[in-house]
Amino acid sequence: MSAQTEIIIIAMLAAVACALPGVFLVLRKMSMAADAITHTVFLGIVIAFFATENLNSPWLLAGATLMGCFTVWCTETLQRTRLVSEDASIGIVFPLLFSVGLILVNLYGSNVHLDTDSVLLGELAFAPFDRVRIDGADRGAVSMWVLTGICLFNTLVIVAAFKEWKLATFDTLLAAMYGFSPIWMHYLLMTLVSVTVVASFQAVGAILVIGLMIGPAATAYLLTKDLRKMLVLAALIGALSAWIGTEFAFWVDVSIAGAIAGTIGLVFMLTVVLTPRSGIIARYRRLKRLRLQYGEETVLFHLLTHEGTAVQAQEAGVGTLYEHLRWRPEFADLICRRLEAGEFIHIHGGTVHLTERGRERAYRVSETLFAEQ
Amino acid sequence: MWAPLSDYTFQIVAAGTMLLGLATGVTGTFAVLRKESLIGDGLSHASFPGVVLAFMLLAVKDLEILLAGAAAASLLCMALIAATVRYTKVKFDAALATFLAAFFGTGMMLMTYVQHTDNPNQAGLSKFIFGQAATMLARDVEITAAVAALILLLAIVFWKELKLVAFDADFARSLQLPVKLTQAVYGLMLVASIIIGLQSVGAILMSSLLIAPAVAARQWTDNLGTMAVLAGLIGAVSCGVGTYASAVVSGLPTGPAIVVAASLVVVASLLFAPGRGMIARAHVRREARRRWKEGDIDVGAN
Amino acid sequence: MEWAVEVEDMTVAYDERPVLWDVDMQIPKGSLAAIVGPNGAGKSTLIKAMLGLLTRISGSVKFYLDGRLAVSRDDFKRIAYVPQSGSVDWDFPTTVLDVVLMGRYGHLGWFKRPGRAEREMAHDVLKKTGMDAYADRQISRLSGGQQQRVFLARALIQEADIYFMDEPFKGVDAKTEKAIVTLLQEMKSRGKTVIVVHHDLATVKEYFDWVTMINLRRIAMGPVDEVFTSAHIEAAYNARNPLRREAQDVGTAQ
Repeated sequence: MSAQTEIIIIAMLAAVACALPGVFLVLRKMSMAADAITHTVFLGIVIAFFATENLNSPWLLAGATLMGCFTVWCTETLQRTRLVSEDASIGIVFPLLFSVGLILVNLYGSNVHLDTDSVLLGELAFAPFDRVRIDGADRGAVSMWVLTGICLFNTLVIVAAFKEWKLATFDTLLAAMYGFSPIWMHYLLMTLVSVTVVASFQAVGAILVIGLMIGPAATAYLLTKDLRKMLVLAALIGALSAWIGTEFAFWVDVSIAGAIAGTIGLVFMLTVVLTPRSGIIARYRRLKRLRLQYGEETVLFHLLTHEGTAVQAQEAGVGTLYEHLRWRPEFADLICRRLEAGEFIHIHGGTVHLTERGRERAYRVSETLFAEQ
Repeated sequence: MWAPLSDYTFQIVAAGTMLLGLATGVTGTFAVLRKESLIGDGLSHASFPGVVLAFMLLAVKDLEILLAGAAAASLLCMALIAATVRYTKVKFDAALATFLAAFFGTGMMLMTYVQHTDNPNQAGLSKFIFGQAATMLARDVEITAAVAALILLLAIVFWKELKLVAFDADFARSLQLPVKLTQAVYGLMLVASIIIGLQSVGAILMSSLLIAPAVAARQWTDNLGTMAVLAGLIGAVSCGVGTYASAVVSGLPTGPAIVVAASLVVVASLLFAPGRGMIARAHVRREARRRWKEGDIDVGAN
Repeated sequence: MEWAVEVEDMTVAYDERPVLWDVDMQIPKGSLAAIVGPNGAGKSTLIKAMLGLLTRISGSVKFYLDGRLAVSRDDFKRIAYVPQSGSVDWDFPTTVLDVVLMGRYGHLGWFKRPGRAEREMAHDVLKKTGMDAYADRQISRLSGGQQQRVFLARALIQEADIYFMDEPFKGVDAKTEKAIVTLLQEMKSRGKTVIVVHHDLATVKEYFDWVTMINLRRIAMGPVDEVFTSAHIEAAYNARNPLRREAQDVGTAQ
């Protein structure tokens, strides 16, 4: 497998792995909590490194994951004092933890290969090779295997408890009544996020993991209300963006991670702009059409019921129809014009009359109305 | 120990960062009260492509040009976030995170394009992310001072409007107040704070400067004006202390030192502020419990 | 009958679902008017849309002051709004007096700060709402009823002609409720028009003289004695409004 292909695969795996917990973050309005975690994993790595003095140690990843949960815990403790709002708590905790990491590295880690920039920005181009020196083919496999593992893990966790996830996300009260603690699920989600961040940042860098997590999920949110569909869509959109972004980066020779994040942003904006066609505006156009149709049928039915009666001239009079229907004259005019254009009615002698066509339609309407009752 | 205080470079850096702290403290007061604290984090990351583009298009490294680029990118990002929140069902935090990453990623693409490498790990990028307080020049301080003065001026002139819009924007609209203009002024204050902050503490630590002083100040006062002034002072002092610490302790980077100082002030405020602080509240609770036990309670105290 | 407010054809959506559809409403000048309906029926949405605080799909609103149509900014300043007390964060660092003074910001213009005249006005309206003793209190230390009174005072200080209030009786104690009703009646006696989104059916007949019943569409409207019948109430609170069903179907069809 060529290095390029490996890179594409790794990118797509990272995208899928991130999109899954990302959907829950978007739904629970916790997007920026994830952003905080992507910054503080740095401190986790630093501490673990100082403890083990080994850049290859798996403890680095463990430390990073623990730090993710610690970040969430700190944020919530701060919030629980009720003196600080949620967003402010996040904005105080993560810069502090990140600064501690920077200070430790600068003061005590200067003779070590802990490249701050690399941790933050990562670079997919190196993913097949990796920071730690072991040789070629294995390295590529490592990132790929790790990310595959995370993808499967995330999918498993979500699928296994899907009903519980759904309930806990959309109706915490009901979930509590059913006995499983939304708080427990909350920490599970944050652990999932931390693990995913740690696994992904080696490839795309901490700052861009947030793009992979939230962007495709937000795009999917625009397209569907169904949780299952949202998860699938987010994963697809993420993988597609990763692929397109990577190809683009190869072609123009720019940062791969940057290209992916940019693609995700572009896809999001396109969806925002194009969705109205299938979203709010279209629905309202449909409702407006419905209103006109409803109006037309009301007139036809009204005409039918008064046809041939003594008061027909009154009830169906051009100037008085609107009063009987209790409409504004302009609306009645509009409806009558439409009906005339469709040849359902014709107006003569100051009265509105049903045509054969109109009568047929009116009968159909009356059938449905009575059927409903 | 006092040596740094008379060192010219130190004075420059301290002046620059303290002015920054003053301005961001005031702006941050509104950001925190509006519950939009993290916008600073988002916009500071989003300014990156603006900096690179300005450099690319104009081929200069003049600070004003780069800052103008940063401001333009931030304003664009803010507009996109606002539009997304207003016209779609996507919420503020998700829009912020998405555009933050997209803009920053675009910046990285541009940067690697300029330098024709796959590796964005360049000195310029580092300075953007971590700030370059230690290498501030007198000229940088002048710019910071000018921008900080603008921010304070805006805050004073638009004080009433900023206050009411932060408290109850719908009511402000019903009064026929120029709410859109006020929001634009606030946005301007934010972007201005960010571009001067980028110089000193960098993109990642920017949010701390906006949020921490305001949160700390809130614990000491229930008056908005006092809170803003206090936040400015706390911001300035934290920056001063942080700069001093980094001058005295070799190898201690300035930005993080400032953040740690500001965070310590927050913790101290949360604990020790009279009335609202945790220790004071615990004391009140203990007192109430004691009086309850002794049958000395006064129900209906209101 | 002289109208203070005329609404035509108001249609509003929230998050892809229609909340109000084709609503017409008129409010007589000088009346104490209630807007009632089940939760989610669009009552708050209606007044927010009327005041331009929400975008609407269609519809128009006309306000009449001194017998003529309101057109200018100054005209619209004579229409006051009391939002639900839950719509703000009461931990905001400000005092009761300060909140009430905010009601004068519309009249102060750009650079002026509230001065002695405004403070006197503030104390006056605070006395009217029984909150003058709390003028310097931090708003986070107020009860629900007190918060409501502060919001009322903030609206009163505007010296408006038409007042919109969103559920002013929700969550208040009996004493506050009585006080607010007395205040509303005093406002009516001075010729003000007061429109209230009201949640408590039991008190509609007692407090109001005009009622509009809303559930996505307008179900009924008119003088309370004529219109507030059990048939209308049932229709309003009955979700089997066929048009609502249709609208929901369109809204959820994928």
